[in-house]
Amino acid sequence: MSDATLPDGWEMVVGLEVHCELSTATKLFCGCANRFGGEPNTQVCPVCLGLPGSLPVLNDAAVTFAMRLGRALHCEVRPSVFARKNYFYPDMPKDYQVSQFDQPTNVEGWLELPDGMRCGIERAHIEEDTGKSTHVGGGGRIHEAGYSLVDYNRAGVPLVEIVGKPDLSTSEQARQYVAELRAIILAIDVSDAKMEEGSMRVDANVSVRHPGEELGTRCEIKNLNSLRSLGRAIDYEARRQIDLIDAGDRVIQQTRHWDEADGRTHTLRSKEEADDYRYFAEPDLVPLDPSAEVVAAIDAAMPPLPADRRAALVQTAGVAGPIAAIAVERDLDGLALAAIGAGASADRVMTHIEHNLSDDAARDLDPERFAALVTMETGGELTATQAKQVLAEMVETGGDPSEIAAARGFEAMDTGAIESLVDEAIAADPAAWEKFVGGDDKVAGAFVGYAMKATKGQADGKAFTALLRERRAATGS
Amino acid sequence: MSDPSGTTPPGTAPITRDEVAHVANLARLQLTDTELDQFTGQLAAVLDHARDVEGLDVADVPPTAHPFELVNVTRPDEVRPSVDRDEVMAQAPVAEDGQFRVPPVLGEAP
Amino acid sequence: MTATTTTASAIAAAVRSGSRSAREVLEEHLAAIEAREPELHAFNLVTGDAARASADRVDAAVAAGEDPGPLAGVPVALKDNLCTRGVATTCSSRILEGWLPPYDATVVQRLAGAGAVIVGKTNLDEFAMGSSTENSAFGPSRNPHDTSRVPGGSSGGSAVAVAAGFAPLALGSDTGGSIRQPAALCGVVGVKPTYGAVSRYGLIAFASSLDQIGPFANTVEDAALLLEVIAGHDPMDSTSIPRPAPDLRAGLHRGVEGLRVGVVRELTGDGIAPDVAARVTAAADALSAAGAKVTEASVPAAIYGLSAYYLIAPAEASSNLARYDGVRYGMRVDAPNTPDMNLATRTAGFGDEVKRRIMLGTYALSAGYYDAYYGKAQKVRTLIIRDFAAAYADVDVLLSPTSPTTAFAFGAKSDPLTMYLNDVCTIPSNLSGDPAVSVPYGVGDDGLPVGVQIMAPALGEDTMLRVAAALEATR
Repeated sequence: MSDATLPDGWEMVVGLEVHCELSTATKLFCGCANRFGGEPNTQVCPVCLGLPGSLPVLNDAAVTFAMRLGRALHCEVRPSVFARKNYFYPDMPKDYQVSQFDQPTNVEGWLELPDGMRCGIERAHIEEDTGKSTHVGGGGRIHEAGYSLVDYNRAGVPLVEIVGKPDLSTSEQARQYVAELRAIILAIDVSDAKMEEGSMRVDANVSVRHPGEELGTRCEIKNLNSLRSLGRAIDYEARRQIDLIDAGDRVIQQTRHWDEADGRTHTLRSKEEADDYRYFAEPDLVPLDPSAEVVAAIDAAMPPLPADRRAALVQTAGVAGPIAAIAVERDLDGLALAAIGAGASADRVMTHIEHNLSDDAARDLDPERFAALVTMETGGELTATQAKQVLAEMVETGGDPSEIAAARGFEAMDTGAIESLVDEAIAADPAAWEKFVGGDDKVAGAFVGYAMKATKGQADGKAFTALLRERRAATGS
Repeated sequence: MSDPSGTTPPGTAPITRDEVAHVANLARLQLTDTELDQFTGQLAAVLDHARDVEGLDVADVPPTAHPFELVNVTRPDEVRPSVDRDEVMAQAPVAEDGQFRVPPVLGEAP
Repeated sequence: MTATTTTASAIAAAVRSGSRSAREVLEEHLAAIEAREPELHAFNLVTGDAARASADRVDAAVAAGEDPGPLAGVPVALKDNLCTRGVATTCSSRILEGWLPPYDATVVQRLAGAGAVIVGKTNLDEFAMGSSTENSAFGPSRNPHDTSRVPGGSSGGSAVAVAAGFAPLALGSDTGGSIRQPAALCGVVGVKPTYGAVSRYGLIAFASSLDQIGPFANTVEDAALLLEVIAGHDPMDSTSIPRPAPDLRAGLHRGVEGLRVGVVRELTGDGIAPDVAARVTAAADALSAAGAKVTEASVPAAIYGLSAYYLIAPAEASSNLARYDGVRYGMRVDAPNTPDMNLATRTAGFGDEVKRRIMLGTYALSAGYYDAYYGKAQKVRTLIIRDFAAAYADVDVLLSPTSPTTAFAFGAKSDPLTMYLNDVCTIPSNLSGDPAVSVPYGVGDDGLPVGVQIMAPALGEDTMLRVAAALEATR
């Protein structure tokens, strides 16, 4: 399915690389606090500063979190080896980054988008974060800077890099991928995954091609600080590449920087320096070889993931996919399942959840009582309007729906009462009745209006109208 | 130090001056022309000597990264004291506001 | 020799018992340093005042009836690639000139805990790359037996300190022979422990999978004493063997009756000077006379050790030395932008041998060459390990020369490759990770010391030192 914004005959191919900062107490290789926002260079030690003579020692929680993330993405956990990625940059204390190269911890998984589409995950490996540079002077952009200041508080923070396969074909899918990934990460509690704060960073690899062709040359887009930027940048970049190719040029493989302000991607590198990272196994660390028991324990402790929760609503309660997705997103699927499980109508439960319950309100709502309320409604004891009012009071006071209904005098009117009401309404406006009998359906509204006024809004409008029609039919000549 | 037989296998040819220049650049070392010539000769001699391993059949031999095979060495996720910032910053060639100051960086990190 | 030739064991015993004061012992050694240091240049820095304060603390502990530690009052010299908090640590390089580490190496902490008195930081070949100290940015050290000769390297300064009586003990580091070869050239005992037996935390790295810290001493017993103090698991070093420090002195003097000694065939012959070879033969004969079974042994892949080493070590070094970029510590040469600043700083700060090895290592790891060089060298390493293991199936220890020649003259080995050949006997055990010791055993034709090397399987320091002690006893 090609993206609506692309011209005919073109499709885009997107693969996302997501770096996720793990929420461990300490850094990956040392005991410095892993905490955002400290005074510069106060959460550092010889190890994360890469001082001469320092050595790394692996944080066991980081390993567990990484494996948990891998399993949540259906990856295979493998024996792994750390490797040095060598390059010079001032925010890198050792001028090499300890990462994983040809033997990463997690491989070959997948992630399911809410609509059921699966995107492959190539690998999810462990690596250390760099320090942070602030550019001072000039325009604040790197190439205009007077100088830079470097803070190493972030250096050594544990990251998992999740490399997705190029299975995505629209910017919307890319946004869903990131949203779903984030939901998974939050569910398993390994990171707070905030794009705005940098604890989740997304780079997009974008290429274009005519359907059926080989993969085109891709560009990597960086500096995406929100889902919105992600979508905009991908659409811009795909267009840019298509325009290039249409003009007879080739797409050059390069890294491009998204500029939110002007809505374009730009190249930053002034030199065409080929990156030869000279990867080799990190001699200061030893291999990881998690036992089957360890992985089994991680699997056993895995909380329900978003896809599982959606599936539960769909399969056990027959809720439609998109509605289930929204409920899970709002963290209200538990309430829904419990209420439906207690016998309430799935349809009415989901409608109330969608329209009549805020996230906060739903949090303390007792599912059994909610179910009872819905059953009262579907059983005819309460009108929709009444049910909504009872629900609102339940949320506020936590009370029992029957009691609340009784206190408000919400006894459902029995058929006899409705019949009397119909008689009254007809008697009150015979002219309208004649018109109605004559076929003017619009006039029914006037009778309903009378009924509502007479009962202060407690009449069941549907039942009243049904009886009204019955009466007309019975009059029938 | 060229191979007299003229059949130097790919990847084990003697190192050239251009390669030395490239490698020096990768390692952030600047060489004068004289040094470039001298180092090229010296490195070629060392690599030439290392060609004695060429004839060895090591196809089925696994590499050794560590002489003593340890696995799964980790530490608990517990905070330990960080180092005193003043002591560290006192060693900085140029510091400003508790941070390390460097000249313009030229481009983003890879 | 001077009056400072009392052993570390004797000094410690005397200080612990109160019969000598640590301060008195120290002053004696400082006087020896003052007398001959200008000529020999063993030290980059003599830490006299701090040493006096340490010695006083030891004496106070003794007076208070507290246990002052197994090395109480013993002066110890530290190779200047060991981090000492607040004390200049330079690796004999301009790029680290003036750097004060904010932490102590684990071995330094252990020495302090044992009551040792650090007298200074010793000279080395820059970043431990060399076999003579001629690569030091601060001038070479001189062999006390003949000052026109090199002391060996890279731990030349530490070897000199012990040989000249400046301290009964010193620490060095050994990556391709940097403890054993200078020990041999200076006529002292030098031990390279099993890889992982001694923590590398705080040792400024040269080649991570090869580096080990080890002792210099005048006697095997003293070396064992020092090794006991510094060895043992360290949680700060992931490659540290998870075992406590071994007891190395208990069985030290048990003799060699029934032990099997193999003379390594590949390390005798052409590359070895005849007078050195003769001393190895004499050592073999002496061990045989003392009850050992001496045979010939073979480690065929050992001849490839040099090649593998000169690919692996520079490769790791090229990465380990990348951090010296002028940003966080050490020398900085300014430039308009950071890449050029890195370039100018490293070019000015590193000496030629360091540059050579960085480039060699960068090349060996670079795209397209990894398999042919670094990758292949790691496999050769496996072959060497296998051949050692096969040899140790038939013998308990191996015997060989330590260095192919006695101490050579300054400037004699200016060609890098010629210099590298000094390490042909010592390199194999760095690659295998097994322990090895050099024991002084007589002199060469020129009257200069010859060292004989004993090697043992991993964690076999006790057997190895036992044989070393037996050999020492036959001198």
